[in-house]
Amino acid sequence: MELTDSGLYCRRADAWIDPHRPVRRALITHAHADHAKAGCEEYWATTNSAGILRQRLGQNINLQTLAYGEQHRIGAATLSFHSAGHVLGSAQIRVEVDGEVWVVTGDYKRSADPSCSAFEPVSCDVLITEATFALPIYRWLDGAAIAHDICNWWKSDTTRPSLLFCYAFGKAQRILAELAAIGLDDEVLLHGAVETVTRHYRSAKVAMLPSRPVSEVAKNESLAGRLVLAPPSAHRSSWMRRFQSPQTGFASGWMAVRGARRRRGYERGFVLSDHADWQGLIQTVKESKAKKVFVTHGQNDVLVRYLKEVEGIDATPLSELS
Amino acid sequence: METFGELIDCLDGTSSSLRKVELLKHYLVAVDPKDGCWALALLLGERRRRMLTGRRLREILQESVAFPEWLFNECHSHVGDSAETICLLWPQLKDQCLQRPELKDPQLRELLAAVANKPALHWWMETLLPSLARSSPTQQQEAMLSIWATVPEEHHWLLNKLITGGFRIGVARGLVVKAIAAAFSLRNTDVLERLMGEVEPSAEWFDQLTAPAKQTRRDRGAVPYPFFLASPVQLERMVCTPAEDWWVEWKWDGIRGQLIHRKEGVFLWSRGEELVNVSFPELVTMAKALPVNTVLDGEVICWERDQCRPLPFSNLQRRIGRKHVGAKIRQECPVQFIAYDLLEQEGKDLRAHPLVQRLTALNALNSVADIEESWRLQRSAGHRLESWDHLAQLRTIAGEGGAEGLMLKQLSSPYLAGRQRGHWWKYKLDPMRLDAVLIYAQAGSGRRANLFTDYTFALWDCRATDNNKPKLVTFAKAYSGLGDAEILTLDRWIRSHTRERFGPTRVVEPELVFELGFEGIQPSKRHKCGLAVRFPRILRWRHDRTAQSADCLESAEQLLNSPRGERR
Repeated sequence: MELTDSGLYCRRADAWIDPHRPVRRALITHAHADHAKAGCEEYWATTNSAGILRQRLGQNINLQTLAYGEQHRIGAATLSFHSAGHVLGSAQIRVEVDGEVWVVTGDYKRSADPSCSAFEPVSCDVLITEATFALPIYRWLDGAAIAHDICNWWKSDTTRPSLLFCYAFGKAQRILAELAAIGLDDEVLLHGAVETVTRHYRSAKVAMLPSRPVSEVAKNESLAGRLVLAPPSAHRSSWMRRFQSPQTGFASGWMAVRGARRRRGYERGFVLSDHADWQGLIQTVKESKAKKVFVTHGQNDVLVRYLKEVEGIDATPLSELS
Repeated sequence: METFGELIDCLDGTSSSLRKVELLKHYLVAVDPKDGCWALALLLGERRRRMLTGRRLREILQESVAFPEWLFNECHSHVGDSAETICLLWPQLKDQCLQRPELKDPQLRELLAAVANKPALHWWMETLLPSLARSSPTQQQEAMLSIWATVPEEHHWLLNKLITGGFRIGVARGLVVKAIAAAFSLRNTDVLERLMGEVEPSAEWFDQLTAPAKQTRRDRGAVPYPFFLASPVQLERMVCTPAEDWWVEWKWDGIRGQLIHRKEGVFLWSRGEELVNVSFPELVTMAKALPVNTVLDGEVICWERDQCRPLPFSNLQRRIGRKHVGAKIRQECPVQFIAYDLLEQEGKDLRAHPLVQRLTALNALNSVADIEESWRLQRSAGHRLESWDHLAQLRTIAGEGGAEGLMLKQLSSPYLAGRQRGHWWKYKLDPMRLDAVLIYAQAGSGRRANLFTDYTFALWDCRATDNNKPKLVTFAKAYSGLGDAEILTLDRWIRSHTRERFGPTRVVEPELVFELGFEGIQPSKRHKCGLAVRFPRILRWRHDRTAQSADCLESAEQLLNSPRGERR
């Protein structure tokens, strides 16, 4: 593998992994916008991610899908996708060439998530891992505990709506699923951007709270005591005028740090992340048994130094991959 | 501490002022005065005494576990606060701390045993934390591990903040005042007056603060009146009023002060409600010649006798905070009090009278004229505004006379408390400006944690050439002036254009140009570029400029000679 202007490139498969500009052949870990770019001639992704990928990149894209674990040969390389536990259909990409195995994790998490399949540890020779939350201050509680916090916050004030901001694809559906898993059955209102993605989760038979788009709520219907999920871009936008003095919250791993919440101006922060926390990253690196680790995204300097100095693992920032 | 912790969580969880007042009110009505006094002192920011430094607290945790120091530091610079870093790391590290030796000191052991019984806030503030501060380093370490293990983790943030003295949450003083007033059926102004002066957290102080309103005492003793503050001018609102309704005077860049003469003595208060008698002994002596029970509002400023301009603000800085102002400083930094309002005359509170009457009374106050030091008391030179057109002209003259702008006061205005809009306006001069290059960045703290928001700027030095190439020389640091979106953009840029790192500081590619504004400039031996500026801030991001086109030191030096340049 090598690093090119368009991103990580596997010469033997003539394919780029999550390229950031249009290329001939793209292997996609998951359908988040920073990993799946439009305009490639050929896409490869998991079966579960196909719906959202087509919705975001266009119905007519040339998309080949593989089930988790299904092996496929492209050129001299054997390709397979393995669950990353990040969002619906998210995958680690395993590429084997001449007996040498590389795994690109994409984004992943180790905590259980009722809205998508669990992370599958894959052993390899070379691991390329993300490091978004690679600091020991980041430590996630399980989703059920956070779901109880969200529920208490929402139910504590029935006189006004509770606006919970979260990423429209992945986090929002996880919240709907986590809340269902702790035994709630109330209807939740969704911002349009959340609604379009949630449909794909419903077709994938993920158990979630019932929901309805805000746009379908009658003008004279009271929104007091309702939970509303919306993407962060809607915070302080004109869309918010629809709600009378709401209480606001944000669900994200970044909410672990007080200053990060204060800066964004949310009243409450719920620490709920779809990335691996510090322990999760280290556990994954160790379980992979990789002899060489490359680190990308976020706090890569910290993770590289820790792996080298404390764990004695050969680690390098991905930017230094020649 | 639990109840206070819950109050803090609730206050922190809402951005609505009404709700904050409501929450505080409920807390205050029910609280034991012994705890209430501490809660108020903490919310008002009056008792941020440090028991242990943040660094010491970090060391305590770090020395107790096998965890690399650099990783601790990375976490700290990401979070921007020791107390919070520790409370985020504790859950990961606590297992390593469980096997700890038994405490040797029986007294401390007994205190720590009480922690499990959820002691009240005042016990923490008056008993445990002070004794912790007095303990030996080993005892501190053992005690802290025991405390962290006992106190529920959801209260660790507050606990650590109380220890490091950095407790501060988003509740403005005004809201606390409103809540006290609402809880005990007082007027806001009653509360403001009672809060003037020293805050001594005690049940007595709390009781006095919250006691039912009585006839106000004739003599307030040393306690200053709340200062009436001006707001930045809104000319469009004002020009429709008759110009002759307004009093205009110079705005000086000194320290706002209230000078009180009672039979017990003289009290000079700064706007921060600090007694500053020791910094300005000459003014204290002078004020003894005033009639007893006189209260003046004015500006403390360094100004030589019979000169037509004040001395630079840095002269005042040399006096502030000193325990003793020696003969040398007295001589080099002579000081005057420019009075612009008379709040009390012969024990009579004049604040409700219109300004025009108070000014007449101030002018008639003549009793210091015959003493040697009388030059130290000046009356603010002001007059009725002739016309709105005249204002611009006055503003030009203001700069030439060394003032920082103009004050506009409505002649009918009473002397109110705090920042109440409508009667008093400040009309500052435009700042001096220079285009400078961003060279270093450092992460901020609080709500700017893990964002690069502390910037250092440089100008070109075309004389000290390095291989005949001009060199960038550090000129000023600035923290304010950019919007949230710009801060985010700049943060991303800094991360991807870092050349080198020195601890928390990043050296960035010298590419971006910002227009800096500042209020004054003067020669300085302390600064590398030989210049010091007053109140530098970012006016705008000059996307239209390249680093090469930024200003040179020479342009900065030329400002020294401009009318607003402060030169000795």
